[in-house]
This record gives sequence, C-alpha cells and structure tokens, in this order.
Amino acid sequence: MTTLSPPGTLLRKEAAGSARRRTDSSYPLWFAVPAAVLFLVFFAVPTFASFWFSLTRWTLFDVEFIGFDNFVQFFREPQLVTGFVNTLVYGVVTSAAKVVLGLALGVFLTSPILGRGYLRAIVFFPVLVSTIGVGITFKVLLDPFDGVVNQVLGWFGVAGPGWLTDPDLALLTVAAVDVWKGLGIATLIFIAGIVAIPQDYFEAARMDGASGWQQFRHITLPLSMPATGTVVILSLIGGLRSFDLIWAMTNGGPGFTSDVIGSVIYKQYQAGFYGLSTAGNVVLFAVVAAVMVPVSLALRRREQEL
Amino acid sequence: MRTLRLRHAAYGVLAIAVSAVVFLVPFAFIVLTASKTAPDASQLEFSLPQDWAFLDNLVEVVSYRDGLVLRAFVNSAVLTVLSVTAMVLLAAMVGYVTQRRRSWLNPVVDTMVLAGLIVPPAVVPTVWVLQRLELFKTLGGLVLVEVTFGLSFCILLFRAFVATIPRELDEAAILDGAGPVRLFWTMIVPLLRPVIITVVVVQAVAVFNDFTGPLYFLPGDENATVQLTLYNFQGQSLNQYNLLFMDILLITIPPLVLYVFFNRQIVAGMTNGALKG
Repeated sequence: MTTLSPPGTLLRKEAAGSARRRTDSSYPLWFAVPAAVLFLVFFAVPTFASFWFSLTRWTLFDVEFIGFDNFVQFFREPQLVTGFVNTLVYGVVTSAAKVVLGLALGVFLTSPILGRGYLRAIVFFPVLVSTIGVGITFKVLLDPFDGVVNQVLGWFGVAGPGWLTDPDLALLTVAAVDVWKGLGIATLIFIAGIVAIPQDYFEAARMDGASGWQQFRHITLPLSMPATGTVVILSLIGGLRSFDLIWAMTNGGPGFTSDVIGSVIYKQYQAGFYGLSTAGNVVLFAVVAAVMVPVSLALRRREQEL
Repeated sequence: MRTLRLRHAAYGVLAIAVSAVVFLVPFAFIVLTASKTAPDASQLEFSLPQDWAFLDNLVEVVSYRDGLVLRAFVNSAVLTVLSVTAMVLLAAMVGYVTQRRRSWLNPVVDTMVLAGLIVPPAVVPTVWVLQRLELFKTLGGLVLVEVTFGLSFCILLFRAFVATIPRELDEAAILDGAGPVRLFWTMIVPLLRPVIITVVVVQAVAVFNDFTGPLYFLPGDENATVQLTLYNFQGQSLNQYNLLFMDILLITIPPLVLYVFFNRQIVAGMTNGALKG
C-alpha cells in the first residue's frame, strides 16, 4: 500500500498508510459485489458465450459446431452483406450530420438571440420521446401519397419521392429522422463545450479585428474539440448499434435495402437461426470496435496536440 | 449596437419559425390526429379535426382488448421503478467505493464500465442465460437486464459526484463509530441527492422508452410494455390512425412531465456523463 502512495516525507507516508488502512475497512469492497454479479451473469457471460455460439448451428433443439460457416454466410448472402454496409453508412451519416448540425446549433444557441430558452428546449425534447412513437409518426408524415411532407411539396409543384418505399432512399430517410431525434444531445454537448471557452479569447480576437467567422474557425472550433469528440463517439456507438427506429419505420425494407446488422440479428433470431443471429452480434461487436478504436485514438491525439 | 440587437432578434424570430415547422409540427400532428374520428384521421392530413373525438379515442384506447394498454402502462411503470431503484443503489455503492478507495477493484470496474458503454449486448445468448435461470419472459428477468445495461452510465455519474464530497465528513462519521453501511446510508446517500435525481430521471426515460429489451426478453401480449404494445398496435389497427396516435400521445406524456419538472437535471446528467465518459 505504502509503495503505491505518492512520494512524500517518510513520516507523512507512514501516517497516511495507517490512516488509509483504518479507513479502508469503512469502504468494503463487497459494496461492488451485487453490481459485479449482475454484470457477470447478464453481460460478461452472454458476451463470451456469443463467441462460441457464433461458431455453431444453434436452434431451439440443439447446438452443433460448424466452425466459421455462419460468418462465411454472413458475408456471402447479399441481404446480410447489405445489412453490414448499411450499418456503416448509417453510423457515418448520422454521426457526421449530428456533428455539423449540432455544432451550428450550439454556436447559434449560445449567441444572444431571441427565444433562446425556448429553442434549446424544443430542440432537446425529441430526445426524450419514444423511438417507436417517433418512427410511426414520421412514417405517416412521409407517406408517399397522403403524407403531409409530400402534400406540402405538391403545393410547390414538386412530386415528393417515396421516402420510405424507394430502395435508394429508405435508409437515408431513416437516418434523417434519427438525426432529428438525436440532434438535441449533440447540441447540448456542444453548448456545454462552447460555454466553457473563456470569454477573454473572444474579446482579444475582437480587439484584433477578427470577424465572426475567424472567431469561429480559430477559437470555437479548436476549443470545442473535446465536445466534438464526445459527439462523434456517442453518435457512432448509437448509430452502429441502431435498431428500433429502423425497425419501426421500414422493418428493414423495402426488401432488405434498409437492413442494418441490428435488424438482421432480430430477423435471424425470429427465424430460429440462433447461431447466425449470434454471429451477427459478433460482427457488430467487431464493427463497433474496428470503428471506435481508431476514432478514439485519433481524437485523443488531436486533443493532446492542442 | 442597436443594429446588432435587431439582427439577433431577427435571427431569433427566423429560428423560432423554422423550429416550429421542424419540431412542433410533428408533435402537433400527433395531438391533432389523436383528436380526430377514424375516417378523418385516415386522410393523414395536418388539419384541425372536423369533429373533436379526443375523449372517445382516449376511452377506446384504454378499453382496447380488455385494457391491454392500461396493463402495459402498469407493466412499464413497475419495470421502470424497479430497474431505476436497483440501478441507483448498486451504481452508487460501486461509484462510492471505487472513488474512496484505490484497490485492484478500480481497473476492473473501469474495464467493466467501458465495456458496458461500448460493447453491443449479445442478445440471443442473453435470452439463453435468462432461460437457464428460468427468468425468460418474466418482468423480473427484464429488470435485471435493464439494470445491467444501465449500470455503466450510472457508475460514471456517481463516481464523479462522490469526488466532490469532502472526505472529512466520512472521517467524522467514522470517529463517531459509524460502520460502513451506516456511513454510506446515513452520511453519503443524502448528500448524493442531486446526482440521484439526475440518474433517476435520465434512466427512467431510457427504461420507459426501451423497445429492444422488451422485444427480446419479454415478448408476448400478456405482460407487454407500452413500447411493445405501440409497435404491435401498428400492425393490428392500421386503419385507425386516431387510436394509434392517441397511444403515441399517451406514451409521450410521462417523459414530457419529467422534462417539464426536471429539465435542468436531465440536461446536467446528459452533458456531464457524456463529457466525462
């Protein structure tokens, strides 16, 4: 214990050591046991078990080891490959949009504009609404024939597309709704980041005659880098794992054009292909890890350079 | 200076107009459609109802299939209360001990928290575990799963907050002869009040709105949660948009109420947790 304590005089070190021994018993480690048990049983065991089950043909009745067949199938069947590609597209598109729009809104909502409190509240509220509720609402609003959006477009003589029925558009439409729903958190994080920047920087820059854009480019943007990192990481994790919004709006359709790994996992589970479904889980894990590790390393490096 | 203020006012007005279209119209659409009669609602138009049928729709949704929706609300309430209570208690204990005492436990907990935040839950193997424990398709099983998935975020918040409570307070209580449980329960927990409120509100919204958990671990109509009934509603009564949207409206009310009362805590919780995570 004493060897771990920071350097100080010998006397102080000994005093600290005995005090720590005395107080340690006031902070018993068994406090962590209930949480640890839950974590072990409902998180660690399933996660490790998934590596084994992904190598099996697993049905209601029995488990049979089949090596990497599930993964081969995952990358051979077009509908499963689509799900894989869509996951990446969805994750990147939603997180890029949330960064750009969230930063813009963050800057806008920290400037002294009229109705700021109302605007912050209204942008944030969708975050708290049920994803299924949002999905169904937008599905109706975006109905190709009777939907409000296409009706309004019709007034301007624009024939609105089948937002959720056009195979090329469905995934991006859902991504746009995802951004609508999740933008509030991104904005909030950017607001917190921007408010933390000392006002002196802006004052000094204004003295030197910096324009609004220059202030943004050289002060706000670099100094809100930690906020940007947080938004990128949170929205990537959320985007890559997303399932419920897509499931509520398209069920992965039309066909399987808006399937993501999350919906593939559920479809295979429903169909009784538990092994394949679990392989999907492992692929998702790999995708999240493969994207998150370089992104968080790059962000950390950027932050240290500043 | 005056032109600047004018410009800010103009931007504000413009932004309020844009926000009304982008954010208020969808919510107004929910309320309006929930107030229409069935044929009126099936037009899918953004318009005032020809006849206001709000109460009729409310009664019909509530009595639909022997009160399925009501039962779902009870189930969701029980699920949310139990999960959030357990989450707060367990996460506070972990956050407290790991903040107060350096030990081999800390790196373990750090890894666990990080894994819990990033690794996508392995759903089918979790079903398998629940089946083995005979907890599959039970509310209790779902509670345990929800608690597990929520722990990481809560531990982060609690640990950060415990760091702001001076150790001198603990030492005074220890000198007075308080044991570890009494120290935690009578000294620390009352001081955790602000962060407990934050965690409760944020996690209550998350658990109440969770769809994937009930879909996998608590399927079936009998003890469905509100999100699941809403999803199933969609398939069963496709032509009755008024009832569908009444259900959406009902499900939106609990988070809305929380937001109105705990706006500040929600915002604090989401930004703190995010920036420190």
